[in-house]
This record gives sequence, C-alpha cells and structure tokens, in this order.
Amino acid sequence: MSETVSKNEVLKLENITMQFGGVVAINNLSLVVNRGEIIALIGPNGAGKTTAFNCITGVYEPTNGIVYFHGEPIVVNHPQGKMVKQYGGINGDKYKDRKPVVYTPDKITRMGIARTFQNIRLFKSQTAFENVLIGTHLRRTSNMFTATFRLNAKEEKAMREKAWNLLEEVGLADVGNELATSLPYGKQRRLEIARALATDPTLLLLDEPAAGMNPQETDELGEFIVEIKNKFDLTVFMIEHHMNLVMDISDRIYVLDFGKQIAEGTPEEIQKNPVVIAAYLGVEEE
Amino acid sequence: MNQKKSKTPMIVTLVLIAAIYIAVFVAEQMLPATSMLFTVLKKGAVYALVAVSMNLLNGFTGIFSLGQAGFMLIGAYVYGIFTIPVADRAQVYQYFDGGAIQFTLPIVIAMILSGLIAAFFAFLIGLPVLRLKSDYLAIATLGFAEIIRAVFQWNGLGRITNGSNMLRLFPGFNDFNIRNTDGQVTLYLSTLIPFIMAGICILLIVLLINSTYGRALKAIRDDEVAAEAMGINLAHHKRLAFCISSFFAGVGGAMLAMYQNSIQAKPFTSAMTYEILLIVVIGGIGSITGSVFSSFLFVACSEWWLRFLDEKQMIGNFEVPLLRNGFRLVVFSLIIMIVVLFFRRGIMGDKELPDLFSRRAGKKERAVK
Repeated sequence: MSETVSKNEVLKLENITMQFGGVVAINNLSLVVNRGEIIALIGPNGAGKTTAFNCITGVYEPTNGIVYFHGEPIVVNHPQGKMVKQYGGINGDKYKDRKPVVYTPDKITRMGIARTFQNIRLFKSQTAFENVLIGTHLRRTSNMFTATFRLNAKEEKAMREKAWNLLEEVGLADVGNELATSLPYGKQRRLEIARALATDPTLLLLDEPAAGMNPQETDELGEFIVEIKNKFDLTVFMIEHHMNLVMDISDRIYVLDFGKQIAEGTPEEIQKNPVVIAAYLGVEEE
Repeated sequence: MNQKKSKTPMIVTLVLIAAIYIAVFVAEQMLPATSMLFTVLKKGAVYALVAVSMNLLNGFTGIFSLGQAGFMLIGAYVYGIFTIPVADRAQVYQYFDGGAIQFTLPIVIAMILSGLIAAFFAFLIGLPVLRLKSDYLAIATLGFAEIIRAVFQWNGLGRITNGSNMLRLFPGFNDFNIRNTDGQVTLYLSTLIPFIMAGICILLIVLLINSTYGRALKAIRDDEVAAEAMGINLAHHKRLAFCISSFFAGVGGAMLAMYQNSIQAKPFTSAMTYEILLIVVIGGIGSITGSVFSSFLFVACSEWWLRFLDEKQMIGNFEVPLLRNGFRLVVFSLIIMIVVLFFRRGIMGDKELPDLFSRRAGKKERAVK
C-alpha cells in the first residue's frame, strides 16, 4: 500500500471505522483536509461526526483505518481480538499487517491538533485567564522543580503574556478575571477556542462552535473563525449544524449519514446534491 | 496588557503567619512546657502537613486516595529505623539481635529519606492503581495501607522493622529544646521546630500548586477529558501528584514519630486516614489554609477542649447529666455534622488566606453558586 501523502495534506483519514460492540458508528470514512482550508463535517444527529473527531484526537481507538497528520500516521488500527469476528465495517483486512499505533490525546495535541467540545468543557473552578493559561502548559520547558522554585520566571511571564494576548485576540480581555463558567454562552465558546489556540495548533477541530447561538452571533462567529484562521495560519475542520455558517465559510463539506460518507464537495455542490437533500437538508426547513 | 493583582493581601498574610510563629516561640518560653496547648500545637502541626498533602491529591488533583496512613507509616518507620542511636539499638531490637542497621543518619536527612521512600512506594503502587477512578482508587489505596501495616508487623522483617514491637529512643520533638550542662532547658524549641518543619513543607506544596504544574493538576481535577485535550499527560501528572503527596505524607509520618517518641504499626489504621480526610473536608477541599486551620481545630477539640465531657462535672451540688467516659466523642461527632451542614464546602471553601483580605474573593464565591 502506498503512503504517498502530499505536503499540502494536513489531515487524512483512510478507511476509518469505529465500532462499539456491534454498532458501527463510523463506517469506512476517508477524507482529506488540506492546509489553510476550512472543512465542514455535517450530518444529521447521531451520524458519527463527534465520534470521528474523537478518533482523530485519540479519545477513541478506531476499530480499523489510519489517520495521517502532516503525513505521519497518528492512528493505525485493524480489527483485533473479538472484533475480528464482530467487525461489521468494510476493509477489515486492509491494514492487517500494520502495527497498531494509537497516540494518547495529549500527545496528539502536542503534535498540533487542538479541539473544542460539543458540550463546553471549560475548567469550571478557574477564571477565563487561567483556562487559557493551562493551554500553554504543554509547551513548557520547565520541570517540576524549576517551576516550584520559580526558576522559570521568564517562561512563566511569557505564558501569562501569551494567555492575555489570546484573550484579547478573541475579545475576552475585559472578562479575563471572571470565572469561566460565569460567562455567557457565546463567550464561553470563544474562550474554548482561545484555550485551544494556546496549545499552538496547526489544525483546529471545532465541534459545533455555533451551537446555541442566535443568527447574529453565528454570523460573528463565522467571521471570527476566518479571522483566526488567517491570523494563526490554521487549518480548520469543524462540525456544524448551522447551514448558513457552513455554507458561508467552508471551502469543502463532507456529509455523514449513519456513519457513512454520503457526499463531498463545495457548498454549492452539496446544496444541489440530491442524496444530501434527501438524507439531511430535506428534513430540515433550511 | 497585564492585570496585576494587589500585593496587599499577600503581605497581610505573610505578616500574620510571621506573627503566629513569633507567638508560638514566645508562648513556649512563658508557659509551662506541660501545658495542653503545646501538645495540641505539635500534633496540629503534624496533622496540618499530612492534611495538606492529602488535599494536594484529593482537593487539587481530584484523585480520591485513602492511602495516607500507609505512607505515613512508611515515613515514620524509615525515620525511626535510621535515627535510633547505635548505642541504643541493642536495647530497642532486643528480640532481633540489635537489628540489621548499625548506623545513624542526621535528623533532616532521615526525614527527607522518609519522604523519598514513601514516594518510591507511591510510584510503585501508582503504576497499577492510578488507572482506576474515584471510589475504586480509594478502595485500592485503602487496601494498600492495610497491607503495608501488616508487612511492617511481620516478624520476618524484624531485623529492620522490629516486628510488632515498638521502635523508640530516636530523637523526638523534645530533643530540640536547648539544654545547659545540668540538663536544664534554657531555650524551648520543641514546638517551634515542628512548626518550621511543617511550614517549609507546606510552603513547598503551595509553591507547587501555584506553578504551571499546579494549574495542570487543577485542570485534571476540573475536567480530565479537557485537560488531556490541552496536552496534559494525565498519567504523568497524576503520578507526579501521587508521589509528591506521598512524599509529604512520609515526612509527616516522620514528624508523627517525633511527636509520639515511639512507633508501632498498629495505630496507622484506616481510622487515621479518615481523621485526616475529615480534616480536609471540614477545612475545605481545595484549600490549604482550610486544611491547616481545621487540623489545629480538630486536634484541639479531640485532645483538649472537649476533654471535660469525659469526666463527671459538678456545678455547685448539681451533677451535670450524661457526662461520662466516651461522651466527648458524641459531642465531637455532633459538632462535625453541624459544621458539614452549615459549611457545605468546608470552613474555607476553596479560598486561601490572602483571598480573605482581598475584595475579589467575595465575587468569586458568588459566581461559583
């Protein structure tokens, strides 16, 4: 099997299948995210979108398939143990001879994939500023002793400055000292993005960034995503239900339904695609 | 842009702590050494350190461990074993031919060794145990503490641990008093020194908690999934917290040995861990100040203030009813229930001493609810 990966490909999923017992949550998903793109992953509820994110970030161990990040395989797996018999997806034998690789989420973040969560997961007992500050922890050069004895004062100062700058970047500097959970919903979403940016990612995974936002907030968020994408030289891969946002800002769209990829293309193509309309858009009023 | 916090609360706190140390020193010179106050202060200092070390794990990292007594026991034994004067070893290890170890370490080095060996055990136990979550982890660590207690009483290790016999004659807190050639005490330091020891250890823990590592631990406590997504290596950081907490529990154990002047494995039961857990909960999970404060309160109540309830008391010719041996514990339990009912989040919540002197604290408290 060839491993030709062009330099442009930031993220590449190959035949990813995630099976929980007998339930096939994602079946044979393959997709490519190129550098500088904003890619949307859409689909009805329960289509397996968040599961796909969890497979990329190492939260789940996919049953089969490969995930490449900048050409390096970060997840490689094939059905093992009792899954060999139970496996309901396709291409079960394709990676039989490859050694399984599953990185832990922290290692994947270290490599440059940052994410936000569908149900906001901020650190509740801490302020907005502290939340962002935690994101800077993984690029530390200090160890426990130098940190305890304050021998890393310079680094600490740089961390704090970076956190404040990021807060300013997302427009939350004025509420930096407020408890994260006391912020309004929209600001919490922005804070999560700021926190993700603090880990110096090259790929940003956004899981329903506009959930619970009104149309105006959603529009602002769209501009905001494009803005940070350009400013931080990011590639954005997002799950979203707000069709206006998706159609406005994404370069390409992948559509999932019942774990299967049913369409791929530019927003215009997706809007016209009869399969998508039948499976998804036809059901919604948009 | 930097939002600098006011320095005043910090200065007030430091002044207050310095004042407490001076007060302890002065009181020790003025009051008779047999006063209950000093018993409470000494034991309180020991418990404060152990409670803070437990809080580091339970309150700041969110690992619910109940192994504290086990690590204290290791610390206490290591301290005892290495500090008994060589001349006294034959007497202490009378059933084991004077023991296997025939040298003595300086007190400070023995204390650090106590911590290191406790931390080493924590590292080994952490390998399997830290994969568990919440209650399961608590049960596993509790089991470990009981096993350690049994192992140290085993006669097969008698040449080192003296089996189920007592270790004694090692230097205790009272040996810190400075005496003249006649054996008369010229300067009392037996309470100040444990205060300084506990103070240094707690200071180290505070520094750690306020460093970038402390922030990572708090992130793990708040949300493991998000912490991992922030690139925090869960296994590494949990192990770190577990070992550091055990290190200080070990040092605390060594201090307990000094306080008691003798060690036996028997009293290091799970009941001891529960006492410490109680202190942490009453003080406020996630508050160092709370742990320290409630340690002294707990020790004072259990050893001193409520003692009168155990004896018959006469007011004039009237004998107060109910008072008899054991009644103290009834009242004590009631007080604890009342505290837990009225201070849901402990006496201090998650606030620290400097927060009490700053205006922002109230705001933060409200926001939590």
